[in-house]
Amino acid sequence: MDSNYQKIFADGLWHNNTGLVQLLGLCPLLAVSGTVVNALGLGLATTVVLIGSNVTVSLIRNLVRPELRIPVFVLVIASFVTAVELSMKAYLYDLYLILGIFIPLIVTNCAIIARAESFASKNNVPRSFVDGLAMGLGFTAVLLVLGGVREILGHGTLFANFELMFGAGAEILKITFVQDYRGFLLAILAPGAFIGLGLIIAVKNKFDKRRERKRQTLAVKTHAEPATNSS
Amino acid sequence: MLAGYMLRSAILLTLFAAAGTGLVALTYENTKEQIAQAEREALLKKLHSVVLPSEHNNDIFSDYITVQSDLLGPYPTEAFRARWDGNPIAILMTPTAADGYGGDIKLLVGIREGGEIAGVRILAHKETPGLGDAIEERRSKWIYQFNGHSLNDPKKDGWKVQRDRGQFDQLTGATISSRAVVKAVRKTLEYYQSNKDFLFNKDFNNTESTGTDDA
Repeated sequence: MDSNYQKIFADGLWHNNTGLVQLLGLCPLLAVSGTVVNALGLGLATTVVLIGSNVTVSLIRNLVRPELRIPVFVLVIASFVTAVELSMKAYLYDLYLILGIFIPLIVTNCAIIARAESFASKNNVPRSFVDGLAMGLGFTAVLLVLGGVREILGHGTLFANFELMFGAGAEILKITFVQDYRGFLLAILAPGAFIGLGLIIAVKNKFDKRRERKRQTLAVKTHAEPATNSS
Repeated sequence: MLAGYMLRSAILLTLFAAAGTGLVALTYENTKEQIAQAEREALLKKLHSVVLPSEHNNDIFSDYITVQSDLLGPYPTEAFRARWDGNPIAILMTPTAADGYGGDIKLLVGIREGGEIAGVRILAHKETPGLGDAIEERRSKWIYQFNGHSLNDPKKDGWKVQRDRGQFDQLTGATISSRAVVKAVRKTLEYYQSNKDFLFNKDFNNTESTGTDDA
């Protein structure tokens, strides 16, 4: 059972990552990853919605006929997104203004309905909860890496405007790499997001390939030894 | 058979709709006041960056009128009135420049009673990041150059960017954004000049009014 949850986590964070492998929900991923604080805000909002929709869908999975499931999923997701949007507007108003349309657009993040359909509708509540959490964190992690790279290249800073999320005092987290940086437009605009995401996917694939090769050579070695009974 | 199936499905969907709406309604009820307060605070912070809290002693939020004029852009805007013991100090308006590079630029323009600009701020815009967004005060000091100017200082021909032989700097690579802001500020001053008495009139409050358009 334990290793089961481990697998769900590994899938969400790495092997089946929404942003890097499934390539779902790219619209907000590309649009909002301009700075780390934007990335974190959207990532956490998406995670909350994912967990909420996964748990709800799992709870009602035996209640809803297969033909009716898509309308019901959409209803569930839309309700959660609206609740999250209102909460952000109430408690993180400045960040809400920056993220703007991308909070309500979480409704159309296909990653969420994909998890509801392919996981939560077939698994129990705890497993669906963990899946939502893992997928959300995986998505957030990609957003953060991309946001970090684009913020450094585009604005010459890192962790700027954190006070939008953590209140006054969080300004000290800001790291300025280049004073009076003129900005690097390519990194700020959409092409930078596409190129950046492409590079991150390439690095992940390279890493996976290398690990695969290592595993294969190891397997060959064990096969070569006559006394092993590996499958 | 089919009708029964439809009915059962419809009931099920209705139940989910009710539950979903319930969640939304509950959140709305619980965040309503907090949201209104956050919006007020955000706007007040902006207003007070133009007219200092120490410069007026009235409640700006309850002392405003809604005005509409071509000079102020396509939308109705609030005119908040700063007063000291009832005497007019400044007007704060939120005109829109509809001819920005990326569409509407929503401004906050503060005009002192005498007609000088107390300050200009950008409330919302869609200008190019890295170029046109330098109109924002957190990106560059460009927006401060309007402070202290009035409709006759410079003269009408001077109320343009330097590229158009005017007096105001344009932002490198964002002439259109700069032009739009300069023009909107000038038109707001024109509106103020021809509607000054009306704008400060205490008899009008929180009511939809148009003022005059002739400048």
